[in-house]
Amino acid sequence: MPLYHNEDQAMLADTARGFIAEEGNIAKQLRHWRDRNCKDGFGHALWKQMAEMGFTGMLVEEADGGLGMGHVEAGIVLEEIGRNLTPSPFLTSSVLAATALKHGSADLKGRYLPGLIAGDSVFAVAIDETAKHRPSRITTRAEKSGNGFRLNGAKSFVIQGASADMIVVAARTSGSDEDADGITLFAVPKDAAGMSHDSVRLVDSSMATHTKFEGVELDGDAVIGEIDGGRAVLDAMLIAGRVGAAAEGVGVARGAMDMTVDYLKQRKQFGKLIGEFQALQHRASHLYSEVEIARAATIKAQQLLDGGSAHADLMASVAKAKVAKTARLAVQEGVQMHGGIGMTDEYDIGLYMKRDRALAEFLGDATFHANRVAELSGY
Amino acid sequence: MADLEQFRTETRSWLEANCPPEMREPVRGEDDIYWGGRRATFKNDAQKAWLEACIAKGYTVPMWPKEYGGAGLSAPQAKVLREEMGRINARPPLSSFGIWMLGPALLHFGTDGQKQRFLNEIARGEIRWCQGYSEPGSGSDLVSLQTFGEDKGDHWVVNGQKIWTSYADHADWIFCLVRTDKADKYQGITFMLFDMASEGVTTKPILLISGSSPFCETFFDNVAVPKSYGDDVPAYVGTINRGWDVAKYLLGHEREMISGADGGERAAAIGAMMKRHAAKLGDDLDPVLRAELAQFDVDALAYAAMGEKFLDEIKVGKAHPAQPNMMKYAGTELNKRRHELMMAVGGSRSLEWESEATEGGKPSRNWLRTKANSIEGGTSEVMLNVIAKRILDLPGA
Ligand SMILES: Cc1cc2nc3c(=O)[nH]c(=O)nc-3n(C[C@H](O)[C@H](O)[C@H](O)COP(=O)(O)OP(=O)(O)OC[C@H]3O[C@@H](n4cnc5c(N)ncnc54)[C@H](O)[C@@H]3O)c2cc1C
Ligand SMILES: Cc1cc2nc3c(=O)[nH]c(=O)nc-3n(C[C@H](O)[C@H](O)[C@H](O)COP(=O)(O)OP(=O)(O)OC[C@H]3O[C@@H](n4cnc5c(N)ncnc54)[C@H](O)[C@@H]3O)c2cc1C
Repeated sequence: MPLYHNEDQAMLADTARGFIAEEGNIAKQLRHWRDRNCKDGFGHALWKQMAEMGFTGMLVEEADGGLGMGHVEAGIVLEEIGRNLTPSPFLTSSVLAATALKHGSADLKGRYLPGLIAGDSVFAVAIDETAKHRPSRITTRAEKSGNGFRLNGAKSFVIQGASADMIVVAARTSGSDEDADGITLFAVPKDAAGMSHDSVRLVDSSMATHTKFEGVELDGDAVIGEIDGGRAVLDAMLIAGRVGAAAEGVGVARGAMDMTVDYLKQRKQFGKLIGEFQALQHRASHLYSEVEIARAATIKAQQLLDGGSAHADLMASVAKAKVAKTARLAVQEGVQMHGGIGMTDEYDIGLYMKRDRALAEFLGDATFHANRVAELSGY
Repeated sequence: MADLEQFRTETRSWLEANCPPEMREPVRGEDDIYWGGRRATFKNDAQKAWLEACIAKGYTVPMWPKEYGGAGLSAPQAKVLREEMGRINARPPLSSFGIWMLGPALLHFGTDGQKQRFLNEIARGEIRWCQGYSEPGSGSDLVSLQTFGEDKGDHWVVNGQKIWTSYADHADWIFCLVRTDKADKYQGITFMLFDMASEGVTTKPILLISGSSPFCETFFDNVAVPKSYGDDVPAYVGTINRGWDVAKYLLGHEREMISGADGGERAAAIGAMMKRHAAKLGDDLDPVLRAELAQFDVDALAYAAMGEKFLDEIKVGKAHPAQPNMMKYAGTELNKRRHELMMAVGGSRSLEWESEATEGGKPSRNWLRTKANSIEGGTSEVMLNVIAKRILDLPGA
């Protein structure tokens, strides 16, 4: 398979680019909701529009009412989301939670997927327990209780946790904190008694929660996949999420780069356009080169994942690490090359810097994934 | 798609039957690859057998048309062949500037007579070509070149000097940029082809910091170059005085080659191999070095994906025409980093210049050789200039 978009994918990219630039742009969404101090941090109307575009259920199988598309397609939408800094539940709901639900019972699918596909529901995922992503260690516990489970513990960095109609929670049902086995995933509904959220606004204006589970009673049918065998589902969800986050990061990097290159062609100092200075040209060219490579790595990871390749996990970490470094470079160069106005709230370039910071942290940052590449490669 | 799978099966069994086991060993030195030419010798029988099998099948230049010695493969088929050769670690049967540089230029600009003659010679490894571009006063600023061809009607008399001419002392023929109009800088250069055995051509090897002398100073002292080698075989490519267009087109292919876009050893991750190497030397990787290797592997694997994407795109005209410059910049900088890390893991062992354990100082000599990657074929700074101008469209670039 050639490593570029086929005709259908190129068409989808055109559609997504046009739609998100029009409806999901920075003024209409990110600034709009931020300036109103919106407690969701995103717009429900846009989510509904994304459903009408067919985006929300793109990874859901056709048999379950979705479009049965793959991660290349999801990545196309995410790249545009990244480019426009569009706050939306797409990555957590339509990629992460949707991937988890693929492993769920018919009953769970029936309960949650229609709402996702229609753009009426929003889902979140609760994985991290400390300030750094470390999914190998899970201490939140679910103990058997009657026909179901009782959940105790705490999660953090739950993106849009307070807005979510359902949260996918990774909990330990047996073994000790660091064990690979003994994990179970649960679909916890929003009104579950004993679940409480401490909402925090993050640097990029997105909303996250520290979520506590204090004796939350769950039915047995809240289990996604196998009891004690949730690691496989968690891993599948993480790979999908990382590849998705990489695609969004490519969009952030490209957005910041394009804005900066445009600025170099407008701003005059010393009687010249600053884009004429070779010191800046070379840095812009280096950035271009890194962004191209990061994007290729991301599309490769998407294709491997869609093809069910055993290398998808490795390539997902390569892509996440490469994109994290590249988007960081893009936003840093972006702010620097804008000079003083790059530091102002009025200019969008600073918003890219903020988004990159949050996105890079999500599901593991550049060093987490470089370390993972080493481990998966055997050193 | 089904056809492609069929092709994969056929290719796999053809390779199984025709690629000798010795030709599936990693390439250790330059003589492990056959470069062809009138004076070339085979290192062993396996090398000869492998070349002959590939020539018969058209696999020395798989995408060239059959009439010019290729196999006429489509881009997806060529990718399958590359993947299948990579899978068994098959060495390239033949490598040469003819394949990578002159061939593509002739396919694009050549007359049918030139293609019939020169491409077939290249495909069979009969004639080894060298590249006469750089001059002492004209490196990055190549278009300022001074080597002059005086028009004598049916021939030119060429005088001047080239430098850094790789393998000029082993080459049979040269493709050479010669000024034929002093009044016009860009439209006064002719892309000439002539025999290195011509009277008045001398070469003088230059010793590199790696201790070998793969390139030369090349002198032209009243060299008579006929304008034609026969019916439809002019001695120049394209049009007289418009050789700069050919030269630039060829540079794109040269940069693609140097970039290592086609993967293989250069695109691969090295961390696991370095851990084994350290263990052999009785050591473990220290944590900071391990971290640097991990960061490198991320970049190397990402670049391998870029190489695959670039080749897929360029074969169907989807790549930006200036993209080989980006590939060359990124690929060569990466390769230099690779060898810095390999030297670091090897420690004092890798400093040995002549020992048996290092097969005559391979680590340090290879490390030094990579420093030329970001100079030859256009420097990294020039690549960045080209990206700024042609891709980013920055002012005054
Ligand atoms: C937080 C903050 C506080 C400040 N406080 C003060 C203050 O109290 N008083 C005051 O007077 N000013 C102040 N400034 C302004 C500051 O001094 C200017 O922002 C700075 O001099 C850069 O000028 P500029 O913003 O116009 O950027 P520009 O000059 O437009 O630069 C844009 C980009 O082009 C690059 N560039 C420009 N010329 C060249 C060149 N020849 N070669 C290569 N690259 C070039 C720059 O390095 C930069 O990356 C402040 C700025 C900030 C951000
Ligand atoms: C191993 C090797 C093999 C080679 N083989 C061949 C061959 O077979 N045939 C052939 O014709 N040539 C060959 N070359 C020559 C090669 O193409 C030149 O060395 C190269 O083009 C650079 O020219 P130069 O050496 O004159 O350096 P210069 O052009 O003098 O460059 C010196 C430094 O200045 C920088 N510089 C120059 N111009 C600019 C600019 N505009 N902006 C910013 N920086 C700039 C360069 O990047 C470099 O760092 C070979 C070189 C090497 C090292």
